[in-house]
Amino acid sequence: MRRLEPAAIAGVMSREVANFRTYWKGTTFSSVLEPIVYLLAFGLGLSATLVDEVNGVPYIQFVGTGMVATAVIFSSALPAMFGTFVKHRFQNTYDAILAAPVDVEELVSAEMLWIGLRSGSYGCIPLLVTIGFGLDPAPGMLLVPLFCFVTALGFAGFGVAMAATVAKIDQFNYVTALFVTPLFLVAGTFFPIDGLPQGFQVVAQLNPLHQLVELVRGGAFGYEWVDVARFAFLAGFALLTWRIAIARMQKRLID
Amino acid sequence: MAAVELSGVVKRFGPITAVDGLDLEVPEGICLGLLGPNGAGKSTTMRLLTGQAIADAGRLRVLDHELPADAKAARAEMGVVPQLDNLDVDVTVEDNLAVFARLYRVPDVGAAVDRALDLARLRGRRRDAVDQLSGGMRRRLLLARGLVHEPRLILLDEPTVGLDPQIRTELWTLIDNLRTGGTTILMSTHYIEEAERLADEVALMANGKVISRGRPSELIAEHAGTQTAEVYGPPDRLATVRAFAESEGLTVRPAGPAIAIVGSERAGNGAVPEDAVVRAASLEDVFVMLTGEEAE
Repeated sequence: MRRLEPAAIAGVMSREVANFRTYWKGTTFSSVLEPIVYLLAFGLGLSATLVDEVNGVPYIQFVGTGMVATAVIFSSALPAMFGTFVKHRFQNTYDAILAAPVDVEELVSAEMLWIGLRSGSYGCIPLLVTIGFGLDPAPGMLLVPLFCFVTALGFAGFGVAMAATVAKIDQFNYVTALFVTPLFLVAGTFFPIDGLPQGFQVVAQLNPLHQLVELVRGGAFGYEWVDVARFAFLAGFALLTWRIAIARMQKRLID
Repeated sequence: MAAVELSGVVKRFGPITAVDGLDLEVPEGICLGLLGPNGAGKSTTMRLLTGQAIADAGRLRVLDHELPADAKAARAEMGVVPQLDNLDVDVTVEDNLAVFARLYRVPDVGAAVDRALDLARLRGRRRDAVDQLSGGMRRRLLLARGLVHEPRLILLDEPTVGLDPQIRTELWTLIDNLRTGGTTILMSTHYIEEAERLADEVALMANGKVISRGRPSELIAEHAGTQTAEVYGPPDRLATVRAFAESEGLTVRPAGPAIAIVGSERAGNGAVPEDAVVRAASLEDVFVMLTGEEAE
């Protein structure tokens, strides 16, 4: 049988869809409410007291467009980490799937695709909410779901790889503290990174979330040629984490 | 033709050799019981057959597919019922089955689900979430999930472990129906009664290899003779009886509160007390004699 069979990937994703139907309401509720709360707290709160605008953009719109990246990382990396670990260690789900004609490469690809699609959709919600708060819709925004999807793929791969690496679920605290939180904070969501020291600015350029933030702002306020390189960077990030996740899961799942 | 052929298979986990030069052949159309104590290597053998473990040495062939290279194609034609319940508990009964019908590339998913529901006698519960089912229903569903694509070979890994006697009997009936329908079954178990009831042949496994194999009646005749005498009494009396029987060359094993003198038909005068309860020798006698483990 061939590698990466679409039927195998679709079968694994159909399991995710069947499960999603049981919990979509809660996930959707929090995905809509969270950006509203953030925009009220940071956007309206800070813009009323401390910051009026950033680089000519009203602060609420600056934060709102940046919040897309926040939504993407929290709806991709964390579900990939915890979901993969729980399915492997506690629910023995992968034992059942790998007893069918599905291999680890197909399993990981399907899990990443599902998270990418879901997170790519939920990632757009902050943008829609920001439009509700006064951001003008622009044709460039039509590409935002694609940017979110590709970034989410990368973070899904990262999460799966981490789940296949840690020995205990509480070790995710290290992953969150060392990777997820710093990436979230230096993405340029709440403040422009050009205000950071030079060294931090260089590091921030390697942050996929920062590239996503810039792409989303490009969609809202106008693209530049450098955005092609940003998208290529995100695609490369997704490709790299995909292969790492497969290698790690192969080691974890096959004795 | 053999559905499963293993020769010289070795699987190590660090310093532990779980499967140690295993030779095993399962002809098509029979139910082979892989009987052994915990740690005998039964579950590792099952994982080797699905490609979820890779052998360090030896040759594995399943349904004409060489493993591990062609494991995916082999899995397409076999069904697996795991020891642990790994159903999706929040999802409906029919969705659990439909997902696996898709994973197995069944062309008509709806018909396959209906057939599996009938097999598990769960048609009336098809839209219920799995966590609303009783333990027996969940176990039947697990079995039906492994059969949703009508496999040629089915691997049952300790299919009734931890279940109460009533549910166990229900499952035995289902498995027996499969066996009489011609499906090849390889069933690992450490329950003697399960092997006796379902298996055409039993392969007794210990320390990662098959130590004896045959029809239950053949194994009993070869290793335990025809009769076993059980002697009850206070410990000092049992110790005296045991010592005397062993001095006469008989095999004696503990049997709960009693001792069992195996092959008691060969006993000389006085080796078996008059108040002993004499019964037909059983597979349990063989199991304990060959593995040194208490039977369950």
